[in-house]
Amino acid sequence: MIENLVLSELEKRKAIEIDAAPDGIPLIYQDLNESIHEAIREGYDRIVLNNVCGQRFIAASLQGDLELIINGLPGNDLGIFMDGPKIIVNGNCEDHAGNTMNDGAIMVDGDGGDVIGLSARGGKIYVKADVGYRVGIHIKEYENKYPVLIFGGIARDFLGEYMAGGLIIALGLKFLPDGSIIENEQSICGGELGTGIHRGKIILRTEEDLEPKLGVGAKLFEIAPNTRKEIEPFLREFCEIFNIPYEMIGKKPFKVIKPISKRPFGGNYCGQIV
Amino acid sequence: MYWKNYTILPEQFRNERVFDGCGISGYINIDGKRDYGTKVIDMLCILHDRENGLGAGFAGYGIYPDYKDYYALHFLFDNDPSKEKVLKHLEETGYIIQSEAIPTKTPSNVDHPPITWRVFYEPKEAKSISTDDQIVNLVMQVNERFDGAFIMSSGKNMGVFKGNGWSHEIANYYKIADYKAYMWLAHSRFPTNTPGWWGGAHPFNLLGTSVVHNGEITSYGTNMRYLESFGYKCTLFTDTEVIAYLFDLLVRKHKMPIPIASLALAPPLFDEIYRMEKKHQIALKNIRATYRSAMLNGPFSVVVGYNDTIPTMIGLSDRKKLRPLVAAISEDENTIYLSSEEASFKRLMIDDISSYKFREIWHPKSGTAIIARLGDGLLRNGLEKPFEKLKLSVIGA
Repeated sequence: MIENLVLSELEKRKAIEIDAAPDGIPLIYQDLNESIHEAIREGYDRIVLNNVCGQRFIAASLQGDLELIINGLPGNDLGIFMDGPKIIVNGNCEDHAGNTMNDGAIMVDGDGGDVIGLSARGGKIYVKADVGYRVGIHIKEYENKYPVLIFGGIARDFLGEYMAGGLIIALGLKFLPDGSIIENEQSICGGELGTGIHRGKIILRTEEDLEPKLGVGAKLFEIAPNTRKEIEPFLREFCEIFNIPYEMIGKKPFKVIKPISKRPFGGNYCGQIV
Repeated sequence: MYWKNYTILPEQFRNERVFDGCGISGYINIDGKRDYGTKVIDMLCILHDRENGLGAGFAGYGIYPDYKDYYALHFLFDNDPSKEKVLKHLEETGYIIQSEAIPTKTPSNVDHPPITWRVFYEPKEAKSISTDDQIVNLVMQVNERFDGAFIMSSGKNMGVFKGNGWSHEIANYYKIADYKAYMWLAHSRFPTNTPGWWGGAHPFNLLGTSVVHNGEITSYGTNMRYLESFGYKCTLFTDTEVIAYLFDLLVRKHKMPIPIASLALAPPLFDEIYRMEKKHQIALKNIRATYRSAMLNGPFSVVVGYNDTIPTMIGLSDRKKLRPLVAAISEDENTIYLSSEEASFKRLMIDDISSYKFREIWHPKSGTAIIARLGDGLLRNGLEKPFEKLKLSVIGA
């Protein structure tokens, strides 16, 4: 449970609890989202959803200073098009969390599914443990919009595919059921790492040789001191939220994956124009 | 679910398009304990956002213990004459042990349900052909040549119940909750490339192999031509049927171990193969070369039930993980679950009456089979390297 995160703000907020499975039967997602909208209209800004069971599109397009606490398993497209609210998930989440998110935060105290944060344009997605395939596909940045995706565990293939900005960090830790934290022995990422990346950075905390895993257009670098400094506040925040000792982070080096070009496939389609 | 006949797509659904994907679920009890269908119905019906009411189906293994030595043929008939014709053909070619209607509960708004029929059957002994192959020929013959008749399943001690409708409608229609099985597979359909009709609903079955599938097989044409050269006939206008036939061909006829067969269906990419040790390179290249036309291309995640001798449940997704597949194991390690979404497991957890508990929920790797076998438990968890835990001797390595 990541309740301590919000203790300071807790008193200020007007809270309501919604049961997403009254009488043991899960609501359909339209009804659940309607009851969230109703609570917002009534002026509640801290909404606790209990017994969530795979309902999709939770917090779709919500705006403003809201806080959703989800106890259970939110379904696909959690926080899709969201602009501002903070979502705390006590448990795992399914695929496509943070789809095209504009601003706000999603904190998942468990595993994430595939395609987390696809096309995110801003905000933060923090997942405590592992994530699946195609995570951070085509996330992008613009002026002060800067999406940050951090995972405590490992990711699979196609991490940061067609990435157009922002920051992805994977830490390669393993969280045992008894609460202890150890280094994950599995490879920190799958193949095709950063295929088609043309802006932004993927930062992986690992000693393994990532060279054979790089996708088209991605290049491996050692971390520069100013980059390390840049990511420090995000890492500290992540460790604080999920109770990870910060000293643990420093035990392995970081590696950076950056684009070789701003237009890796430019020549494929309109080479003569460029 | 009103239908004039059960082989065409009704007008009212033709313009209905909601973009989503099929839902698949299944589980196996390792100790062979038989559960009522209620649990698998719960697991499937929570995935209602993945279906659009154009097909659902269930496969239960272990539902006919009294007739476990006979082929259980499940039929759909449009009318009585077609039924009589098929039953007469069966009498001529073998022995009908039992012939009865599959009990159904027809909803009040349906006035013309199909005739659902089951026959426990034993073909006459023949010297040149095994009884299994005789049944395969029978299924191909009935589905291709007998008008108004369709064989849903043909395995021993198992049965497929499928039709066109929402998953809860089909579950009620066939009274799935009344059957007891140690392995259940379930599917709710969202047809994308082919029309939804009764025969096109999943699971697809041939002998003991049943397949539920989420995705598209873009290599359907290649696979179909390959299978036709072995005498299989693809008559159902749906890509999934090739997976059932390929499993039957590779595992039952070519006697490939299931982990190797899954490598033939979803092999690693060549640049991945070139990074492996020499022995594995040779083996994988040979698998890819020999079964080039059996390779499944396109996005898919499948759950396969197989009961030739030992009942086994297999989960497999495509190499690029374009469709979801989640696995779970129960607290007592007796039940292994597979599903499209973790919500299926969560649904069982919030069930007040039984409150199931899970030891672990995990996401298997793409193109890597999860295999659970009755009596042996979880043989492969879907996180291994291709030949891990397998004994392999390669000539020339």
